[in-house]
Amino acid sequence: MPKLSLSEVEHVALLARLRLTAEEKTGLTESLNVILGHFEALQQLDTEGVPPTTHAMVLQNVFREDAARPSLPREAFLREAPEARDEFFVVPRVVDT
Amino acid sequence: MPQLWELTAGELRAALARGETSCRDVAQAHLERIEALDPQVRAFVTVTPDAALKQAQRWDDARSRGEALPPLAGIPVALKDNFCTTGVRTTCGSKILGDWKPPYDATAAALVREAGAVLVGKTNMDEFAMGSSTENSGLFTTRNPWDLNRVPGGSSGGSAAVVAARMAPLALGSDTGGSVRQPAALCGVVGLKPTYGRVSRYGLVAYASSLDQIGPFARNVHDAALLLNAIARHDPLDSTSAPLDTPDYTAALTGDVRGLRVGVPREYLAQGVRAEIRQAVEAALEVYRGLGAVVEETSTPHAEYALSCYYIIAPAEASSNLARYDGVRYGIRSDEGKDVLSLLETTRDLGFGAEVKHRIMLGTYTLSAGYYDAYYHRALQVRTLVKQDLDRCWERFDVLVTPTSPEVAFRIGEKSDDPLAMKLSDVCTIPVNMAGTCAVSLPCGFHDGLPIGLQVIGRPFDEGTLLRAAHAFEQATDWGSRVPAL
Repeated sequence: MPKLSLSEVEHVALLARLRLTAEEKTGLTESLNVILGHFEALQQLDTEGVPPTTHAMVLQNVFREDAARPSLPREAFLREAPEARDEFFVVPRVVDT
Repeated sequence: MPQLWELTAGELRAALARGETSCRDVAQAHLERIEALDPQVRAFVTVTPDAALKQAQRWDDARSRGEALPPLAGIPVALKDNFCTTGVRTTCGSKILGDWKPPYDATAAALVREAGAVLVGKTNMDEFAMGSSTENSGLFTTRNPWDLNRVPGGSSGGSAAVVAARMAPLALGSDTGGSVRQPAALCGVVGLKPTYGRVSRYGLVAYASSLDQIGPFARNVHDAALLLNAIARHDPLDSTSAPLDTPDYTAALTGDVRGLRVGVPREYLAQGVRAEIRQAVEAALEVYRGLGAVVEETSTPHAEYALSCYYIIAPAEASSNLARYDGVRYGIRSDEGKDVLSLLETTRDLGFGAEVKHRIMLGTYTLSAGYYDAYYHRALQVRTLVKQDLDRCWERFDVLVTPTSPEVAFRIGEKSDDPLAMKLSDVCTIPVNMAGTCAVSLPCGFHDGLPIGLQVIGRPFDEGTLLRAAHAFEQATDWGSRVPAL
């Protein structure tokens, strides 16, 4: 497995929405490479024809009646928000004009 | 005359039923013990004394009106701080949630309350359940009641310490790779991970959704069974909840294990497991033979790959689950966020600790384009192999016996520099989560005054046989009755 480069770490940090300091980036590059090295062992296993397991207990199509039920009141959630106004969570501008 | 905090949940129930004490006195006794000991142990993030006394009074009033009481009425309980509890601060051991108070209850929290248990507080944990020592808490470190310079294990270290220190007879934690069983072992208490789907995950803040499961901590198997009775329910709010009825798990505790087929997978006693742990497990197997169980060695050849497999799957799921912490709807918000991207990035950088960032990065990487097949997909295939190993055991065995942790409680700070050393703590517990089946840790000895845990693994949804096996060992020995000298 190829070792992770600093620029790959920066790309992953962007995907993960994490703003890392320079120190954090180098530290993470190192420790991620140690862990990734560990995963080499998995490459040696023969997994030909082995189906993947995403869930240990397989349930399918767990549905309920498509009928409206009471929810918690909106205020219950807005009350705990970092910033809220009227019925909204306040966020910075999303669309650049 | 024993103190109220010395009694188990079962003994408290009996004392309350006989009118020897009141729910209020029981709550008061435990709250006083929390006040006396928690400054040293630091198991609690939030203690809820007023609510606890109020709930206790409510049950006393009901009893004096001649009403029938629910099974855990008046019994103090602590919940790990990743359980949503209405109006009570819930941190998940992280700074990122700030002072957030959930507007709803986790199903397990509501069930425990309906069963009459009295919430005394929320317990400390590794941040977002990522860790094996509770040192990754973004808030503070919890200490092991048996030696305050050592870790209680993790990630449910706070809940384990509460029960070990007799600050409450019952607690709930969550187990994704061993986070109930390993701290139970290090703290000398009983810790059970039910089969995946046995207990609702609704309101349990998610870490790895295909692995997480809520489990009870208690001082003996009977108490654990009482608590399991209260929380093992089908829940329509959790689409992974098993559509099963709840048996009475205490009825399974017959004490009889004659003819019980006990398998011992040799991979779990391999190198890495300390000699004193191995000796304690061998001694436990002798006890089982003496009780009439049939003990035989077996093999689960893919066990050695389960750890790597877990450290691909769990961080991958975590990277997805933790994407929701964005400073928008709950918790802290960075004030450097002039646009959406910087709001997200700076809030998350401020709020998350190092281990959480590490696992998010690892998970994001292994799921990203170009790497998904090599890592994540392959790990899912290896998961199948690990699961098949365990599934095959149930043809020949009723339970499996292994160590819970490869070593006793280590010193605080001892493993902080080595990213791999900490993770090896879970080598015996992880395969159970991968397979989704049930397992329990219970005390089986001491080494230098520190508890050793025995892990018993059971067939999926056969917690009855599992608890019967654990209970029989417990009754034939007496490891759980020692009390830490606090």
